[in-house]
Amino acid sequence: MKRFTDLYWRLDATSSTNEKVDSLREYFAAARPEDAACAIRVLSGGRQLRAVSTTLLRQWAAEAAGIPLWLVEECYAHVGDLAETLALVLPHPGPDAATTGVGMGLAECMRTTIEDLRGASDQQKRLVVERVWQLLAPRERIVWHKLLTGGCRVGVSQTLVARALAEVAGVDPAVMAHRLMGTGVTDAESYAQAMSSEPTADDARRPYPFFLASAIECEPSDLGPTSDWIAEWKWDGMRAQLVRRGADATLWSRGEELVNGAFPEVIAAAAAIPDGTVLDGELLAVRGNKLLGFAAVSKRSGRRSVPRKLLEEVPCIFVAYDLLEDDGADIRGLPLVERRLRLESLVPLPCTAGAEPAASEAVGVPFETAASPQPRLLHSPCVVGNAWDALAAARATSRGRGVEGIMLKRRSSVYGVGRVRGDWWKWKIEPLEIDVVLLYAQAGHGRRAGLHSDYTLGVWHDGRLVPVAKAYSGLADAEIVELDRIVRATTLDKHGPVRVVQPTQVFQLAFEGISHSTRHKSGVAVRFPRIVRWRRDKTPSEAGTLADLVQLIDAGTIDASPQPEMTP
Amino acid sequence: MSDLLAVTDAGLYCSQGDFYIDPWRRVPRAIITHAHADHARSGCGRYLCASPGTLVLRSRVGSSAPIDSLRHGETLSINGVEVSLHPAGHVLGSAQVRLSHAGTTWVVTGDYKLEADPTCAPFEPVECDVFVTESTFGLPVYRWQDPAAVATEINDWWRANRDAGRTSVLLAYALGKAQRLAAAVDPSIGPIIGHGAVMKMVDAYRASGVRLPPIDRVPPRARKMGGGRALVIAPPSVAGSRWLGLFGETSVAMASGWMSLRGVRRRRGFDKGFVVSDHADFPGLLTAIAASRARRVLVTHGFTDTLTRLLQERGVDAAVLPTRFTGEAAPDAAVAERDDDTQDDTTDMSEEAPV
Ligand SMILES: [Zn+2]
Ligand SMILES: [Zn+2]
Repeated sequence: MKRFTDLYWRLDATSSTNEKVDSLREYFAAARPEDAACAIRVLSGGRQLRAVSTTLLRQWAAEAAGIPLWLVEECYAHVGDLAETLALVLPHPGPDAATTGVGMGLAECMRTTIEDLRGASDQQKRLVVERVWQLLAPRERIVWHKLLTGGCRVGVSQTLVARALAEVAGVDPAVMAHRLMGTGVTDAESYAQAMSSEPTADDARRPYPFFLASAIECEPSDLGPTSDWIAEWKWDGMRAQLVRRGADATLWSRGEELVNGAFPEVIAAAAAIPDGTVLDGELLAVRGNKLLGFAAVSKRSGRRSVPRKLLEEVPCIFVAYDLLEDDGADIRGLPLVERRLRLESLVPLPCTAGAEPAASEAVGVPFETAASPQPRLLHSPCVVGNAWDALAAARATSRGRGVEGIMLKRRSSVYGVGRVRGDWWKWKIEPLEIDVVLLYAQAGHGRRAGLHSDYTLGVWHDGRLVPVAKAYSGLADAEIVELDRIVRATTLDKHGPVRVVQPTQVFQLAFEGISHSTRHKSGVAVRFPRIVRWRRDKTPSEAGTLADLVQLIDAGTIDASPQPEMTP
Repeated sequence: MSDLLAVTDAGLYCSQGDFYIDPWRRVPRAIITHAHADHARSGCGRYLCASPGTLVLRSRVGSSAPIDSLRHGETLSINGVEVSLHPAGHVLGSAQVRLSHAGTTWVVTGDYKLEADPTCAPFEPVECDVFVTESTFGLPVYRWQDPAAVATEINDWWRANRDAGRTSVLLAYALGKAQRLAAAVDPSIGPIIGHGAVMKMVDAYRASGVRLPPIDRVPPRARKMGGGRALVIAPPSVAGSRWLGLFGETSVAMASGWMSLRGVRRRRGFDKGFVVSDHADFPGLLTAIAASRARRVLVTHGFTDTLTRLLQERGVDAAVLPTRFTGEAAPDAAVAERDDDTQDDTTDMSEEAPV
């Protein structure tokens, strides 16, 4: 446990990629296999189980520290991190902590002090928790608390973990990344397999590491002639790989989760493609010819199984834009143009959802008719344009189609691992914008702990300000510090960690989409809201109105709500 | 019977004695708890401080300011109010102000700490009826380690940097903490270098009889210093400034009570944070409050609301002393980039709300 704690803090202390890989490599080179497997699970940020509720932990810590619960809560609001708060308020450990605390490895520690607690009575849990508290120093307690409450996030990407492990095992980083995908490493045995220099037997279900695009940084015309590029729509759905090998098909999200249960119609459709095929693409929610957007897909994605009603309300399709494995062969090293040719022959139907009805007729593929069932497996058609102006014009139609813009992929590009700049660019449409007023502020977490950096923002409606978005990012550190001071000075009321402030500050808010929502008081939901500018030049009276926002919806954007209803 | 002290526009005022304690405006007569800039303003008619702090205060308020001093424990009557000054353990010459009038005794702590500090007299509990306490670190997450353990951490960091050929830069407030750290580290590891603002106070400390290890000055127009072996003690405002360029490759550490929190350490972007404070930690505040045996406790700058509520729940007659400044002591009070004034920075703003 001490070794893992040291790793955690070493990773926490540096922003240098090389130092992170060094720390990881040293850890894995020395760790016992069962501890290493456990560490990989934690580092990969997979879903963790919460063994003890944070409510109970707070109560127990308050009692152990001899302070009232409200004081623990005040500390939490100040520190911004519960695991750290509890570690700091607890009495310092006994003198034997240094010897006893060290002995237990990460795996044993997780098994005996966390996993075994599931299903135990609160009293049993409390005994274990209080015993561990006496054994661990504050910096070890922080990590253990995070593991215990299922919230241990470490700032390393899967790619870095794979790089470090590849160095220790002496295999290619891409091979290692592949071995770590999906349900890769779970115990000492599978760790030993992953670390072997031989090819492993259990490759059959694994997806490939995803290749990621970067936001374009220059004028598209600086990318050279359009003939070097393939343009596709940037779909507003969920990235996934469809793996068809042997008897079954598996569908993997970018978070490496197996999502077969959530998209049964796609799995059924995968029977039609040949064995030895891996497709990279996007899960989209579509009704009729209309794309329902990411929010709709996410209603499906977290589920192990889908009720019939939801299947009907949010029908999903898989739109493939790349072919990674063809006839059992890894073809990621072929040029994209070649992979696409093969893709289009395997999956001949192009996705025309979101296009104008006239345009889809022109293409000649009726998307859904009463006679034929909706096809579930389609390919992402190229956006045709023989000049950047033509592509820009196509991109301008994005919002009306329900897509996020255009992807530009170099014709000659191979399918790499992780985010490699240069070959795949996202050319997203400009965000929508409105001026909003700061209404509430809450202390942030991590780097921004103790500063009021989570903001609730509102617009005018009937002479009052109504909240429409929460935004966490977009301001420089110095601005956050300054705004924190304004928040403290203009607080009208406190509800726990949330401060209601006098409406004095105006911000320019950007967002990617907007839809009607019955879940939000304002009746609208904005997607990916973020602050782009502090409008010190504006007074709250100059901020936007709810009517402005509703107009943006009516201007023909996506509609994610099954029953579009505005609360008056 | 009326209170001995009240908050006015100019500061904490004793009407019976017609004087102020740590006023924030220019007043005819000021008793100063210690020389940090937020407690000692220049331009007052007449100052009174504890005698060990006279030279330090003089360097802050100017050579012509009339400064009277009292030895620790010595009593002076001002318009019938008995005044005495008692060690607060915060920085050299820091004092708690004890006032006694018509059978009632008040103590104003100023800033204080209970930990041992070789550069100033230790905190002395003074019994009173009304205890006015600071609360800078008045949350239970703030608990200091043994000063010797922190000194070992600093020495280890310095030694590792020296072995790697890196200069160690330790950021600390120029008055008090810088001298305390210089006295605590192991001078056999390498040379200690002081920033100009630090040296001004080092001179005042030495002239007051405090023993400090040899500390080198940075000569004007220096091109290069320390040869990668030195420990440079400098005020926090030099962080990120060109002045650090004098020392080649550096590792920059901050010494502050706020370094207890990971979020603050990360946000400030230092290579290392050492938890060292000249203020009382949470248990220290409670200990001092109990030792005062006061029947009433007034809580001032810091986590005033929180500490007051806790004391009330524990049956103490406690209240917030309502000052004009009600902001919480924010860890980032000094982060908002100050201008690159590396010449004189003796303000301890980063550890307290301005009172
Ligand atoms: Zn002070
Ligand atoms: Zn102070």
